Amino acid sequence: MSPTRVLLAKPGLDGHDRGIKVIAMALRDAGAEVIYLGLRRTVAEIWRAAVDEDVDVVGVSVLSGAHLPLARELLATRVSQHLDIPVVIGGTIPATDQQALLDLGVAAVFPVGASLTEVVDGMLRVARERVEP
Amino acid sequence: MTAPVSHEVRTDAGIPVREVYTASDVGPDLERRLGSPGEPPFTRGPYPTMYRGRLWTMRQFAGFGSPEEANERFHFLLERGQTALSVAFDLPTQLGYDSGHPAAAAEVGRVGVAVDTADDMADLFAGLPLDRISVNFTINATAPIILAMYLVAAERQGVAPADLAGTLQNDILKEFLARKTFIFPPEPSLRLSCDVIEFASGALPRFNPISITGYHAREAGCDAVQELALTLASAIAYAERLAARGLAFDEFAPRLSFHFATTMDLFEEVAKLRAARRMWYRIATERFGATDPNAGRLRFFSGNSGTTLTAQQPLNNVIRSTIQCLGAVLGGAQSIHVMGYDEAFEIPSEDAVTLALRTQQIVALESGMPRTVDPLAGSYYVESITDEIERRAEAVVAEIDALGGAVAAIEQGVPQRWIAESAYRIEQEIADGTRPRVGVNVHVEEGEEVAAPELFALDPEVAERQVARTASRVAARDQAACRSAIDTVGVAAREGRNVMPPLIDAVRVGATLGELSDLFRQTFGEFREPSPW
Repeated sequence: MSPTRVLLAKPGLDGHDRGIKVIAMALRDAGAEVIYLGLRRTVAEIWRAAVDEDVDVVGVSVLSGAHLPLARELLATRVSQHLDIPVVIGGTIPATDQQALLDLGVAAVFPVGASLTEVVDGMLRVARERVEP
Repeated sequence: MTAPVSHEVRTDAGIPVREVYTASDVGPDLERRLGSPGEPPFTRGPYPTMYRGRLWTMRQFAGFGSPEEANERFHFLLERGQTALSVAFDLPTQLGYDSGHPAAAAEVGRVGVAVDTADDMADLFAGLPLDRISVNFTINATAPIILAMYLVAAERQGVAPADLAGTLQNDILKEFLARKTFIFPPEPSLRLSCDVIEFASGALPRFNPISITGYHAREAGCDAVQELALTLASAIAYAERLAARGLAFDEFAPRLSFHFATTMDLFEEVAKLRAARRMWYRIATERFGATDPNAGRLRFFSGNSGTTLTAQQPLNNVIRSTIQCLGAVLGGAQSIHVMGYDEAFEIPSEDAVTLALRTQQIVALESGMPRTVDPLAGSYYVESITDEIERRAEAVVAEIDALGGAVAAIEQGVPQRWIAESAYRIEQEIADGTRPRVGVNVHVEEGEEVAAPELFALDPEVAERQVARTASRVAARDQAACRSAIDTVGVAAREGRNVMPPLIDAVRVGATLGELSDLFRQTFGEFREPSPW
């Protein structure tokens, strides 16, 4: 079985990248191939890279509080481009917004307090479910 | 209760710790390494009487929404006994976009206040006499523009630049290291920082034009030794650039200020802060030939660590913040910010902000901490790790020197890699339980839902109002005068002249932060961080 391919990116203007880099290293240690796009990526750039790199899951991290508008834009573009790559989101996401993100079509939400294992296992599970639905 | 078993006991930064310390652990010549408080090498503090003469400044970081809303929060804090202000700006303001720019859409007023024009800055400080309040600005890439707007806001209150007190963060190097709100490549960014410092060393005698900081590198994951070394290596880089402009070290160095984190390992943090003062004094005298003692007198602002706070059992964060506040006081901070217990989730609520301020007031007024200067001096343990941190940080500074200095090291991505690797190590230790976090990996409350406390709610119409207000102000200004003033800034930027004087003229006639940032983007280009791997 070929390794899971994961795209990680920070959309919007937020620069807090401690968490996403930790997740990148942990996913790599768990055997995944990780493409980290870095900071201030537009939704268009994220989907272009996801398609070019043929990834199994896209993970974005938002700690500025802008998770809802950014997720809305990310998922609207996924629909308009007829893509089926799942999206997960992590960051400072209050409990009250988690269901809203799931309703938008986000496959999993990792709020503050999620453990390293929860995030890594959760992302790999989402990626696997796409490959073997 | 079982403590985690470890064969080798170490500090947070990995310094081995003995079971007991004795006089033999403190090297010879302690008196010479300490000096008297307020005297070189300043180990015991920058001032002779420290908190007996004057308490530290209680400076809670605040700002969100539009200038009017942030202004209300400022009045709220001052009415409760806060003694100075610290402004948080939203991401578009930090990154040089006006509120109406498409890139700003999701972020206006979210992590700080939106400021597009000098009018916004005047609104932000409405009813607050700027000759009597010290103001700290957490702003970096757009710091020259924000300072220009502040000077114009003060001018409208009839306050002269020489009467302004406060601090502009203006440390662009740590943006590349850790905080990441850079816009332009490192060299032109550094030039803008130095323009501000050069301008201020003449015009703003009571104002700190830079706060050189390792705080953000620490928050991004590095340890206390790396934090100290990166701060000093950055200070060396600024001082070298300023000296290369022909400025005398003794002239500009007394206005350099510093910013450190204070986290959970209380004694190590105190040792780090004491070592910082001693190391900076030596760098000032040995590297830069300082003759004025003020040029080697390190003064700093201490910020509590947000990354030590947990979403689980959030009230535990009150205790963590109190310990960190004690560390800052015992380390001799000039101003302190204490985190709100709900900052793991969001902008702190009014209750959390009040409690953070009350924490400082209780430490100041009830604990007896400020009663005497540097009370931990002479402690076998504290002196021993102060010396050890100094040795280790010196080795890291030498490593950065060998890479060509802070700028070259950052361009090569070396410290960024240290920070990321250290952050990963910390998370692994939390995951495997070797780094205890109460409520997270030990003393976990079964079945606890991570429930956010009552959170701060941002008015969703803030962005629309802010965009409309800027549009009407732009429409109402003298367009020809504004165009010409912006062009003059462009000439100064291209010809290498100090941009501050023309920036002040431009914002006075209504030039916006976005317009001026666009001009700099065209002149200097934009930076994209190289991949960390």
